[in-house]
Amino acid sequence: MTGTDVLVEVRDLKVHFPIKRGVLFDRTIGHVKAVDGVDLRIPRGQTYGLVGESGCGKSTLGRALLQLTPPTTGEVNFDGVELTTLPAGKLRAMRRRMQMIFQDPMSSLDPRQNVESILTEGLHTHGIGGNRDERRKIIAETLDKVGLPRWALSRYPHEFSGGQRQRIGIARALVLGPELIVADEPVSALDVSIQAQVINLLDELQDSLGLTYLVIAHDLAVVRHISDIVGVMYLGGLVEEAPSDRLYTEPLHPYTRALMSAVPVPDPDVEDRRERILLAGDLPSPANPPSGCRFHTRCPWAQPTRCADERPVLREVGESRVACHFAEQIASGELRPHQVQVQIVRPEGEGEEPDVVSAPSEPGSFV
Amino acid sequence: MTIISGKKREKIDRLAELAAREEERGVSLWQDAFRRLRRNPAAIVGAVILTIFVLVAVVGPFFVPYGPTDTMGIREGVVRVGQGLIPGHSAEHWLGYDHQGRDVFSRMVVGARQTLLVGVVSTLIGLSIGALIGGLAGAAAGLGGRWGRWVDATLMRFIDMLLAMPSLLLAVSIAALLGPSLTTVMIAVGMVSVPVFARLLRGSMIVQSHSDYVLAATSLGVRKSKIALTHVLPNSLAPVIVQATLTLATAIIEAAALSYLGLGNPDSAVPEWGVMLADAQPWLGIRPALAIYPAVAIIITALGFTLLGEAMREALDPKLRK
Amino acid sequence: MALLEVDDLSVTFARRGQRAVRAVDGVSFSVDAGEVVGLVGESGCGKSVTSLAIMGLLPKQPGLRVGGKAVFDGSDLLQLDDRSRRDIRGRDIAMIFQDPLSSLNPVIPIGLQVTEVLTRHRGMRGDAAAKEAAQLLDRVGIPDPKRRLKEYPHQLSGGMRQRALIAMAVACQPRLLIADEPTTALDVTIQAQILELLKDLVRDSGTALVMITHDLGVVAGMCDSINVLYGGRVVETARRRPLFREPRHPYTVGLLGSVPRLDAGRGERLNPIPGSVRDLLPWPDGCAFAPRCTRRVDACVGEPPQLVLAHDGRSYRCVNPAPVPGLRPTEEIRETVPGEAEPGTVPAQAVPGDAPAVPGLGPAPSEEETP
Repeated sequence: MTGTDVLVEVRDLKVHFPIKRGVLFDRTIGHVKAVDGVDLRIPRGQTYGLVGESGCGKSTLGRALLQLTPPTTGEVNFDGVELTTLPAGKLRAMRRRMQMIFQDPMSSLDPRQNVESILTEGLHTHGIGGNRDERRKIIAETLDKVGLPRWALSRYPHEFSGGQRQRIGIARALVLGPELIVADEPVSALDVSIQAQVINLLDELQDSLGLTYLVIAHDLAVVRHISDIVGVMYLGGLVEEAPSDRLYTEPLHPYTRALMSAVPVPDPDVEDRRERILLAGDLPSPANPPSGCRFHTRCPWAQPTRCADERPVLREVGESRVACHFAEQIASGELRPHQVQVQIVRPEGEGEEPDVVSAPSEPGSFV
Repeated sequence: MTIISGKKREKIDRLAELAAREEERGVSLWQDAFRRLRRNPAAIVGAVILTIFVLVAVVGPFFVPYGPTDTMGIREGVVRVGQGLIPGHSAEHWLGYDHQGRDVFSRMVVGARQTLLVGVVSTLIGLSIGALIGGLAGAAAGLGGRWGRWVDATLMRFIDMLLAMPSLLLAVSIAALLGPSLTTVMIAVGMVSVPVFARLLRGSMIVQSHSDYVLAATSLGVRKSKIALTHVLPNSLAPVIVQATLTLATAIIEAAALSYLGLGNPDSAVPEWGVMLADAQPWLGIRPALAIYPAVAIIITALGFTLLGEAMREALDPKLRK
Repeated sequence: MALLEVDDLSVTFARRGQRAVRAVDGVSFSVDAGEVVGLVGESGCGKSVTSLAIMGLLPKQPGLRVGGKAVFDGSDLLQLDDRSRRDIRGRDIAMIFQDPLSSLNPVIPIGLQVTEVLTRHRGMRGDAAAKEAAQLLDRVGIPDPKRRLKEYPHQLSGGMRQRALIAMAVACQPRLLIADEPTTALDVTIQAQILELLKDLVRDSGTALVMITHDLGVVAGMCDSINVLYGGRVVETARRRPLFREPRHPYTVGLLGSVPRLDAGRGERLNPIPGSVRDLLPWPDGCAFAPRCTRRVDACVGEPPQLVLAHDGRSYRCVNPAPVPGLRPTEEIRETVPGEAEPGTVPAQAVPGDAPAVPGLGPAPSEEETP
């Protein structure tokens, strides 16, 4: 990926949330390492897909990239501008160039705003469009782009179907004319037949507007469909990064292989033939991640040497980057998978939503 | 290739668009809630009770047959308390006389105005002070940062102090400080509801400030203070409004209780339902109706506010939205 | 004789002052012993209501009407009184829900919840019940089962909770298991574990399984026969392979075209179904899918389409189904005459092929629509 025009570069990004307990005074008793040292580059005009299971830190990474969650350490370079050290006022102005699409189209739209007001808010904030007529023109064009009718303007979010609401969310992001769009699970709350509409819309918009996407999703099939480059995350770190097609044909990291084999394919012939790698147990807690390779507790190829005590770095193997000590030996078949003893994992909080991981941030922060 | 005749196709298209195009303009949440309110029988009953109550309170006093302080019963010798004679209802005096020979019906009607005044003013006192403190604390907590957390914590400790004091004790001390009067009652009842409103608004604002649309506004580049004012606050008001309606009911009862304890207007010439109830106590044996009239009136009015409040809670509940 | 025979099931919710909603309309399917049957559809298609109606678990409220039959082992479940229905529930038919946390009682240890089922239906008590419970947890792949018995649901991860729930469901070796989106709340690697577990249980015990899901991929790997639901009606029924290879109903075709496939390349365009599901049930005129259908014809409006029985025991409700490559129109089915036949009894013969073959109407050649 050298030589291409890079829009976003993330270096050694870490987001740690303090865990606070205490009766009278809150004491920090540890940290949830939601994102723990991630490097990635997003080439201009392309789609970077970030895939991983809940709690792997992919959503936090997306928000930290946009500085919506302050990173603990690390650098985020957007088109030559370092975002982590940017003063608040300049950062707000930069937001015009980088927008976000959310998972739940209902909760990401203010229920008391009608569509016109939702779309105008960003224009007002950045002083785009001198007068009312000009703003109306921009909004009308945006509605056309996302395939919403004009009569939508006076309507409120609760009057639309899920797919249409997501189109409103996309329109809100587009109206500012951004270069980068971070889409956090853009289709997972939608019905199957609507998912395809939104995926196609995102594709079309990229073609016509030259947008750069960071698509975050748990569904590998969706990510692979929409992305040029796919990064696989496990417990706060990237374990593999490869061009979309290569990731499918030649997965190198054991976790990628397991993930791939677990995704159901709507084709009985494929389903009956394919080899399954069933992972034992659950995702360990990001507050207390395993030593060495984070995946070694569940890895069917884990070796007694290195895996438990040396954290593998992302290194280039062919066109891919992979964080596994034994990627080559596994690919060549030299190492064989073995049985893994299940380790009991205690749930952190009540659920397993990625939100829970970000919950211990500051209570009630607008950021 | 699909073939379809014009008329049938029109029909299909019309049906498909039907759900979306029923009305030309969008329906905002408030309008939607109001529609649901209109369909709720409890809301209708509550609204009818309250309309009658407000009507009586506002225009009633102009049409009462007798002056509320006119002790005509004693003057005319009809009421002889010493002999246990307090006549009940008659054609001239619909609800009879009280122990001082005054017309109970006229006093009830004029008392309605006092009761409404006490309820509304004390709720407004509680709402405005509570919402101010709660809104500030909620906005400060939402803005985050060390300073914001400090403001939030300070305001909330103050509210906790108010909450720690028994409400009746608080009211009695305020009354003792200011001397018994109608104003005292209103301030006392209002102060008691301050912590309720403050905590409710703050909690609601903190929940809202975690929502995705706030994050979305932040990512648009909107200032935090503007987000607090234009997004968080309006979306946090629904439970506060519901609470205000319910507080009107309890305020009327609490005001009656304070008046009953003698902390209300010492000039019993101005009738108020709580005072009337207190005054009727010695005569329960002779004419219990004197206590029953104001008691029933207080209960029905409180019921009206409660019914409407509960119906509003239902109508504004986002979970019930379609 | 099938183990469960659902015949013309309908569920109507009527609320005062509002239009009655028919969430399920004339749903018929059957489940044989040891068979895995899928009910597939998007949200609001009536798949969950169907299963709740069969189990008698729909919240009792005025305005709820359940019609039709659900014959399990010779007795109509819909006609049973509450007591005998409770006896069957848990012992002969068990259910697994989407959200294991809300299906388990948070203040009672897992062990007690499992032994409760054993006591209620199998009369086991004390040590015997505890031992059997530990064995059950072991069987569903929960490590160190004896210790887990004393733990509370919140101490287990989502996958382990779902396993515990499955252990409770299979405690009495039921003959029918109904799983309502059992893996939707779980991560994909955990989903694979749970699906594998369900497959093993069905294979080892001969329990029949009704799998309710929106995920075509899950269905493709598990089910023997599949019912596709749309707008409260079964629109297509087929065995697994024919359904995926040659979908006939345009909705099934659309669904398959909408799903991004892991084995498809980057940038291959999806073919979404236009429009969205309306909350307009029952569809007042004809086929509920007609407004979104690219193959709609005149006959789609009017009467609801009849069930057409085609070759291989498959059936669909469509007057203009997708053509099957290699099958000449004349070989297939006879058209169904509206009004003449009862739903579900239409013999299989005519083929509408590509052109609409609706008696008395014929194609209207002047108006063309390109999808």
